[in-house]
Amino acid sequence: MDSVDSEISARMLTARAKLARTRPGSPPFVLDVSIEVPRGITILFGPSGAGKSTLLDCIAGLARPDEGRIVTGEKVLFDSDAGVNCPPRARRIAYVFQTLALFPHLSAEQNVSYGLNGLPTEQRAARVLEILKAFRVDKLRTSKPAEISGGERQRIALARSLVTQPHVLLLDEPLAGLDAELKASIVEDLRAWNAASRIPILYVTHVREEVDALGERVIAMDQGRVLSTGTPAEVLEAPRHRRLAQAAGFENLLSGTVVDLSVADGVMRVRLEDSRCEIEVPLGYAAAGDRVRVAIRAGDILLASSRPLGLSARNVMEGRIVAMEPRGTLVRARVDCGVEFVVHLTPGAVRTLELAGGIRVWLVLKTHSCHLVEE
Amino acid sequence: MDALLLSFRLALCVSAILLAGGLPLAYWLAYSNWRGKFLLEAVVALPLVLPPTVLGFYVLIAMGPRGPLGKAWQTFFGHGLAFTFEGLVLASVLYSLPFAVQPLIASFESVDQKLLDASAVLGAGRLRTFCRVILPLSIPGLITALVLSFAHTMGEFGVVLMVGGNLAGVTRTVSIDIYDHVQSLEYAKANRMALVLLLISFAVLSVVYAVNRQVGRQIGRRLWTPWTAK
Repeated sequence: MDSVDSEISARMLTARAKLARTRPGSPPFVLDVSIEVPRGITILFGPSGAGKSTLLDCIAGLARPDEGRIVTGEKVLFDSDAGVNCPPRARRIAYVFQTLALFPHLSAEQNVSYGLNGLPTEQRAARVLEILKAFRVDKLRTSKPAEISGGERQRIALARSLVTQPHVLLLDEPLAGLDAELKASIVEDLRAWNAASRIPILYVTHVREEVDALGERVIAMDQGRVLSTGTPAEVLEAPRHRRLAQAAGFENLLSGTVVDLSVADGVMRVRLEDSRCEIEVPLGYAAAGDRVRVAIRAGDILLASSRPLGLSARNVMEGRIVAMEPRGTLVRARVDCGVEFVVHLTPGAVRTLELAGGIRVWLVLKTHSCHLVEE
Repeated sequence: MDALLLSFRLALCVSAILLAGGLPLAYWLAYSNWRGKFLLEAVVALPLVLPPTVLGFYVLIAMGPRGPLGKAWQTFFGHGLAFTFEGLVLASVLYSLPFAVQPLIASFESVDQKLLDASAVLGAGRLRTFCRVILPLSIPGLITALVLSFAHTMGEFGVVLMVGGNLAGVTRTVSIDIYDHVQSLEYAKANRMALVLLLISFAVLSVVYAVNRQVGRQIGRRLWTPWTAK
């Protein structure tokens, strides 16, 4: 067991970084995080401006933390106390930028072999061909980046980074702008490649769906701090912070006042906003009279066209449809129950129930679909 | 015709020296974070605003037998610097410096910072990044710098007159020659020379503007590809 543990820790990336940035005209930004990235894919999730890219820049050596310590395995890359600051070129950290930054004047093959400077020509060519095949872009060897389509450019950028056999891979929203199918196929190729080398991969995204598709572990960040760490389910299904809930796709974020608590049942009643509308939510660290915030997914709310009876769900609220907005394959309904809820419906349901603006409806909501979030 | 050949020789020497010296200087000016950088930028740009006579005057003083440059040259080569071809080259290099350095700075600065970051994380040092990323992407700037310093040297008059004087075959360049012809009322000869200079200047500037268009950029890259592709 010991040897396995030490091998795992030998490849772990640990980073602690503090960095203050002031720009004229905008509030000062402070990054203050401490993260551990084991082998495999770890998602760094958070809204834009959370400091995700700045953290990656610190790890890669492109930005210098005011204070901190960055270690891969046994190798200290940065240590403000010991005065260690390894230059980016010697860190063996691969970094795929959001813009990919492929060299426009070099062919795909030349781009990929750029980082293999020290190798003899034959070995170099063999390694380049191998990885181009692994990412299924070997046919594009002689093409320039401008002649290559979006998804294939991403594959080439990945190949260029991984061919150098890095100790850590940093990915800054590398698949932004690709459709889901293409994304999944590239991620599969990345996983397949990493099955052999098993390095820590830190994958930055602000897209909720990517977290579900990739996630083994998630680190959620906002405003320069780490909010929570865990599996995607732990971090995103029950977000504990308002900004994170917004980013994770909770359409309904309502504030309210705790009316009473029933500790034995593990629930409490919350009056929403300043309306008469009261809902039952899971028990939280709150006392009667406290202000709390409740996050509810629009897809977690049931809508009925007549008063439902005999349900286990504890929250049934009467209201009126304010507006219906088609959004691709779903319809976004706004329902006024004293406070306004956003509910997602299928177009079929809208037709069957003959829903339209002004109609009286009932909303049904399970207690555990209501999540308490911190400010 | 001697004068024209001399001007060509001078312009070639000056462009070559400016390219060799301008690249590191422009690199430093484009990427250095030194706070006093603006001082050097101002010095480089001085020839743009100074009358050639002012520049020529001080260069002449420095090159004279009692000037620091003149003395040093005397010690190493056994003859003075003023009124020689070498002295003329030196003065012209100073005079054309901004025409070489400023296009280079502009094109270095237009290279996407992310490409430089990418090069660094792929293990390349500064020199390799410069040779394999910055330089190939600055081909239009490089051509502009070369052509402008060549053309500017071809057409200079004031500095040559101050520093070089008017020695046939040594320092009598086209512009001085034209001036001589006009002084002695040989308008036909003056016209012939002036027309040649006008056409050369026009051709050279056309090249600069063509290079700065998209088409020119591609030509530039193609020119460079055999050098960098391995």
